[in-house]
Amino acid sequence: MKEYDIIVVGGGPAGLAAATTAAKCNANILLVDDGLQLGGQLIKQTHKFFGSTEQFAGIRGIDIAHNFIDEISHLSNIEILTQSTATGFFEDGVLTILEGYNGNRLSKVKPRRLIIATGASENMLSFINNDLPGVYGAGAVQTLMNVYGVIPGRAVLMVGAGNIGLIVSYQLLQAGIEVKAIVEALPCIGGYWVHASKIRRLGIPIYTRCTLKEVKGKEEVESVTICNIDDKFNFIPGSERELSVDTICLAVGLSPLAELLWQAGCEMAYIPELCGYVAKRDENMKTSLDHIYIAGDVAGIEEASSAMVEGQIAGLNAAASLGLYHEKYRELNLAFHRQLLQLRHNEVSESITRGIKKATL
Amino acid sequence: MSVALNGVPTKEELKRVTPPEEVLAKKPVVMVECFQNIPCDPCAANCPFGAILPFADINDLPLVDYEKCTGCGICIASCPGLAIFVLDMNYSAREALIKVPYEMMPLPKKGQMVSGLDRQGCKVAEVMVQKVTRTKNKTSIISIVVPKELAQIIRNIRVEDAVNGR
Repeated sequence: MKEYDIIVVGGGPAGLAAATTAAKCNANILLVDDGLQLGGQLIKQTHKFFGSTEQFAGIRGIDIAHNFIDEISHLSNIEILTQSTATGFFEDGVLTILEGYNGNRLSKVKPRRLIIATGASENMLSFINNDLPGVYGAGAVQTLMNVYGVIPGRAVLMVGAGNIGLIVSYQLLQAGIEVKAIVEALPCIGGYWVHASKIRRLGIPIYTRCTLKEVKGKEEVESVTICNIDDKFNFIPGSERELSVDTICLAVGLSPLAELLWQAGCEMAYIPELCGYVAKRDENMKTSLDHIYIAGDVAGIEEASSAMVEGQIAGLNAAASLGLYHEKYRELNLAFHRQLLQLRHNEVSESITRGIKKATL
Repeated sequence: MSVALNGVPTKEELKRVTPPEEVLAKKPVVMVECFQNIPCDPCAANCPFGAILPFADINDLPLVDYEKCTGCGICIASCPGLAIFVLDMNYSAREALIKVPYEMMPLPKKGQMVSGLDRQGCKVAEVMVQKVTRTKNKTSIISIVVPKELAQIIRNIRVEDAVNGR
């Protein structure tokens, strides 16, 4: 059975940062990802990133992915396994992986340390006819448009004015697709206001305290009824409006994809501020099990910029725990922690900071 | 309504980020329509004149030293939020020149008439494209000539064409 110093599960921003950082500590690494190519959600992000220069601010997500992939191609101690799903981690230290696009080959590998950076899954919303063709998650819309160049529809209702809803609306407009409106159940825009402003400047209305009530259509989505809601999220009768759309795009939040951590036996906690069940961890991203680290959305839903810094912390410290100290370990670890504090030092991140406090061992 | 509620800043919010009258009367300068403390500093990091003051905290709002600002517009393409504009109130007797960030296809051509849109995307005038600057990071900067009285109104353009026209 092949053995590795560190196996990183997930090749998104957190996993890529973890793998490259650990590689620079001379660890030999296997990076496992279920996608066709590395990059996770980064490859669908055509907007410029926020943050500071250390987190590649001003660079578009897809270019950040390419920079990482290019860096990895020069690091001989990282092995890559794409189209492969890590399915379980067992008491004897064996990680099972289903390889190949149809997952018909089971392989077993043995890591001395495991970094779980599996990201998140999209939340669904319950409404009448939510199983009709034409109802998409925002991630699927991005994959179709930005990875495969396929438009998902002609006229879209976006549900959710968080950053994903706002960004995907903008991408739809760039692709020449009509966005009829963005509806948001909360009283305020949840995403960055600058994203909202640039969509408004394109003439797209954003209705807050408003949600979709019913989708109509026989074989596929034909129209949608949106409706205002009161403080208790009850529909306000008489405020219904019907929009002619063929696509409903749901951007109503993410949940950490933590199955591997549950199965491995990490101590888990339900933390609403982090959007679901997460593994409890110390400040260096080590879980309750000494050989398992976490980074990115699986540790709590947040921005990609902080996911990358968490990945760097996990990679640096997982390697250090094997005696593979980066020559500037102390300096780097301090710098990464300082960056995280800075990224979270704002009103938007207050609840995340509160959640992390609860999740810290 | 306010920028937090529907993405459109109010008059009061805009007042906080509008360059002083006497500066606008003198030279072209930036107007940074950034209202929210979020972790983001490329504008300050990319200003070649130090006119967008260095941030003490990465979540600070940008502060402009109008003495130093030349209206070069380098910050326009650096801003991930597309929230920076340049205003030149002395383009001609009756017209101002505005530089706006633009990421739609197709790009307009120099000399082309396009729709000038306000902050809600409503057409308020036909305006002339004076210059199209492509940048390395793919955010183009469109310079448009607008009536002076619309210089604080127009913040986007629409290029009418067969594919994307609405």
